[in-house]
Amino acid sequence: MSPENIEPILRVQGLRAAIDGSQVVDGVDFDVPATGITALLGRNGVGKTSTIKSIIGLITRTGGTIELAGERIEKVPTHKIIQRGVGYVPEDREVFSALSVAENLKLAERDEHPNRQLVDELFPDLVKRAHQRAGSLSGGQQQMVSLARALLNDNKLLLVDEPTKGLAPKIVQEVAEALAVAAQSVPILLVEQNLAVVRQLAAGAIILSGGKVVHRTESATDFLNDEALTQRFLGVQSEDAVEQSIETTSGGTL
Amino acid sequence: MSTLVLLLITGVGLGALYFLVASGLSLIYGLMGVLNFAHGAFLTLGAFVSWEMSRRIGEGTWLTFIITLVIGAAVGGAFAALTEFALIRPLYNRHIEQVLVTVGLSLAAVAIFEGVWGTDPQYTKGPEWFTRTTDVLGAQVPNDRFVTIIVAALVLLGVVLFLKKTRYGMIIRAGVENRSMVTALGIDVRKAFTLVFTIGGAAAGLGGVLASHYFGYVSPALGGSLLIFAFIVTVIGGLGSLAGAAIASVVVGVLQQITNFYWGVGDFVVIVLLAVVLLTKPTGLMGKTA
Repeated sequence: MSPENIEPILRVQGLRAAIDGSQVVDGVDFDVPATGITALLGRNGVGKTSTIKSIIGLITRTGGTIELAGERIEKVPTHKIIQRGVGYVPEDREVFSALSVAENLKLAERDEHPNRQLVDELFPDLVKRAHQRAGSLSGGQQQMVSLARALLNDNKLLLVDEPTKGLAPKIVQEVAEALAVAAQSVPILLVEQNLAVVRQLAAGAIILSGGKVVHRTESATDFLNDEALTQRFLGVQSEDAVEQSIETTSGGTL
Repeated sequence: MSTLVLLLITGVGLGALYFLVASGLSLIYGLMGVLNFAHGAFLTLGAFVSWEMSRRIGEGTWLTFIITLVIGAAVGGAFAALTEFALIRPLYNRHIEQVLVTVGLSLAAVAIFEGVWGTDPQYTKGPEWFTRTTDVLGAQVPNDRFVTIIVAALVLLGVVLFLKKTRYGMIIRAGVENRSMVTALGIDVRKAFTLVFTIGGAAAGLGGVLASHYFGYVSPALGGSLLIFAFIVTVIGGLGSLAGAAIASVVVGVLQQITNFYWGVGDFVVIVLLAVVLLTKPTGLMGKTA
């Protein structure tokens, strides 16, 4: 099943966005296929998070077009884009710390029949902690809340921004497994620095640099195996870095 | 001893008036980042319209008083909702312009009130019971103080229940913490903006009616004079914190009464307290750390 054979779920063309006058997204073009996980890669500060945020209008867009399932959304306000079926898992989790876990999830419910069962199965810990303040949870548990908020609803697309950032290796693996389960039913655009996780999850990849797309690939694994490319675009020694992160990840799960 | 009791209870009464203004200020700032200088105008209009109504339906009865409370809240709430819709919303996310437009509205409103009702104070008359006193530990406490305190406590209870138990309350609490994430969950946060303005305006309108009995008159400057101390209370309590506003209201009211009575320096002491809080805990007693 090649991604080109079906219509992409998200088509971004010439997207530009600025924060306080500085052009953080500078003419980005890419498609996200309607199945599987697509990774959005690049060094720190190249505009990955800004690209995700400008897709849903959290950053003011200054040009370009965005199509979600064939419909233009670049002028649609954030809450209406989300209502059309986008789940957003922000960098740094952004749970409402003064609210309980149950309230965080309740607030996120958009559908009449939210997928409570899926969320409860994926994150049994959250069921036990339903009445705990989200601010008192560990980083990993907060990430579960953040993911659960997106997975509660039927979505056309998930935008997931660095879900494993700052987490212990064991939790990284739990998050990766939850994303793998989610990806069976919904396409995901994933920003991820942990290349072992990218290897494990992603089909294709889009590489950003300086607010622009500099490389696209249908196989993230092939890209990560190519030392010259990864060195050029991600600034890492591919083999060392990958092996090291695989060791820490798998070491944690044992 | 009896003097101190009297000062404490009237101080709490004054704090109750501050709280009715500060609760709205704090919620509006917490959710929207707007310091609302027009909040005093909501209070004054509530007080004037209630005063007009009470003259028409007959002053001095409990029924009239209760009707004027409802009218004060309704007028304050409606004026606030209109302000949000017509002036604040078109300036979405432009905080400096939003603050400036509320400053302009507060100046214009006072001028309009002076044009309609004149600059002299208009004296109010409550139920006869208000003019009597109740003996508390030897102190003769004017009865209207108790009414002010009870109404403010009911408003506090009502707002807390609303914030804790309803979906909109949940949206407001979440929005105070992180507004953009609320929209990123697919929620139109602007509806919550109109709602906090309406609730805040209604509380201020109630405060206007109660203040007109507490001080015995209504004047175009009534809202402005209470607003200054309500701002101080809001900052001391921590911007965006309802509990902080409640505690700071009582502290400021009581401190002001006591220092005014013994040394005549109540306003000065409140300003010093503000400075001390800002220097030692800039986020206020219960403000967010960020």
